[in-house]
Amino acid sequence: MARLDLDLLGKSFGDTTAVAGVSLNVGDGELVSLLGPSGSGKSTVLRMIGGFERPSSGRVLIDGVDVTHVPPERRPTGMVFQSHALWSHMTVFGNVSFGLRLRRVPREEIAKRVEATLELVGLAGYGERLPNQLSGGQQQRVALARSLVLEPKILLLDEPFASLDQHLRERLRDEVRDIQKRLGITALFVTHGQDEALALADRIVVMRDGRIEQVGQPGDIYAAPRTAFVAGFIGAMNMLEGAITDGRILAGGLHLAAAGSGPAHLAIRPEDIEITDSGEDGHVTVRRMIDFGSHVVIDSSLADGSHLRLQTTKGVRVGEGERLGVRVRHYMVFAEALRDPIRYRGAGVDMLPNMELNYA
Amino acid sequence: MSLLSISPPTPSLLTRLLRRTGGADWFGLLAFIFLASTIILPLVVVGIWAFAEVWRYPAVLPQRFGLGFWGEMLARRDVWAALTTSLELSFTVTALSMLICLPAAYAFGRMEFPFRNTLFLSFLTLRAFPKFGLLIVIATIFLNLGLVGTFAGVVLIQLVDTLMYMVWIPAAAFQSVDRRLEEAAQDAGATPLQVFWHVTLPQSLPTIAAAVILTFVGTFYETEGAWLIGAPTVTTMPILMISFINNQLVIQYGAVLSLMLWVPSFVALMFARRVLGGDAIARGLGG
Repeated sequence: MARLDLDLLGKSFGDTTAVAGVSLNVGDGELVSLLGPSGSGKSTVLRMIGGFERPSSGRVLIDGVDVTHVPPERRPTGMVFQSHALWSHMTVFGNVSFGLRLRRVPREEIAKRVEATLELVGLAGYGERLPNQLSGGQQQRVALARSLVLEPKILLLDEPFASLDQHLRERLRDEVRDIQKRLGITALFVTHGQDEALALADRIVVMRDGRIEQVGQPGDIYAAPRTAFVAGFIGAMNMLEGAITDGRILAGGLHLAAAGSGPAHLAIRPEDIEITDSGEDGHVTVRRMIDFGSHVVIDSSLADGSHLRLQTTKGVRVGEGERLGVRVRHYMVFAEALRDPIRYRGAGVDMLPNMELNYA
Repeated sequence: MSLLSISPPTPSLLTRLLRRTGGADWFGLLAFIFLASTIILPLVVVGIWAFAEVWRYPAVLPQRFGLGFWGEMLARRDVWAALTTSLELSFTVTALSMLICLPAAYAFGRMEFPFRNTLFLSFLTLRAFPKFGLLIVIATIFLNLGLVGTFAGVVLIQLVDTLMYMVWIPAAAFQSVDRRLEEAAQDAGATPLQVFWHVTLPQSLPTIAAAVILTFVGTFYETEGAWLIGAPTVTTMPILMISFINNQLVIQYGAVLSLMLWVPSFVALMFARRVLGGDAIARGLGG
């Protein structure tokens, strides 16, 4: 169990700033996910915590101790790499026991600890196999065991499931979550998959261009994104460009109540749009219907040609070109002039182009 | 029930061959025939000559087989002395080459320093010009240094010949080791030296082994440098073979010495295969 503090951590590669003054506090036993698109600096932050990149500025503190200039081999961290990074010339036992052998742990204890860790990751009895005799998922479990056997204070996971198929990824992430909670280990998890972050993390740190956009619990970030980027990055979102004038936003042919002024984005989650009826006087035209089994997603066009995505319950069937009446439950307005977005509740009022809406 | 039965047509030899080779791999078949006729066939002929007592034209096979020429050759002290010298030279040159070139290869493969690419390419110049001209120049220098006709002189001249293999191939091997593997070792608590010993070296070992085999075999068969610098006091197996063929053209002598020359390189290859595995060696050689 350990605390991790990042204090204005920065990293530049020549003229390029990869990480710009990131500050973050991770509590004992917490699992925090660094989420962002490629090039957002999340992996660089993780590598600086692990000691593989030297920060250009700022500090890394583990349990209050400054480890900024401590080499990786002397840091109390354990890293699980995206590519597994297993040593192909060693068996599973050799891989997992490597760190213990370097620490000159007695042979009997090594055997006991390796066995226990392999059992923890569900690989009991696989010690004598070579990495190339294992599946991708098993290899990643070995990589996890290799880190866990050393009982690091901080576990760092750098997109560990990126190379695995969807089913295996989901199963392994649940297992990792379970192991992390059982051991109470503090962990940082880098991913660009929002589903992974939402499913695993106690808190999510959304990064963009080397900076933190928002930190919060998964539900909070989903429900109350602070920026248009976070709104668009976490979960599906209809993001319509527009402008606010006279207390209304005009976006995508919609005319809705909004405070402020100037250019703005109107953000509506697909599941916050409800189909009311079908007919020639509908508000949107169906372009395509995608049946996911558990729910149905409808791609549609608004009057001005903008796309609007709707999500509805399973069993709904609509045809291409069909016109639908819709009702919005919630929407958000992100205006450049506003410091924070304003969230509006639709209160069951029909959403109609150029119609004045009453919001609670 | 009809007495007439139709049996399936018998596949032709070519069809069966193609089925066995998994399809019409004509290029592979032609390559095999070419290699067989240019490499395997001459080797077979030399092998037959080594055990032929009498083989006169136009007979396809020798009229009489025997070990007479083997007995003659193995009874000669100069043959054993030359073999010993060749082995000593090959081991010494290979060991020195590893000692000098492997650190250099690591530096070329993993470090950044001024004129790195220029220096790396400079090893190519050894192969870019006629070798004999270079050897003459070196021999002149060696003459002044008193190295002509000495074992050390031959070691040095043969060392020059190995530089390119032993720098270029291992440099590529070190370069291709995934940095994540090394970082994972560091993460587990390994110091930079331990990372090199436990991860970088074993990971690049098959390729390095291939370079070592090439160096050993290349040194064992080397003639020009050994002749120019070593003669007449340092006599290697290939030099002895040349002198035998020049003095009295008895094909069997040449054939027996050829087979004796193959033995060390064959043993080296088998040893590497056993220690590293055939697949690893093949990968190291680019297979």
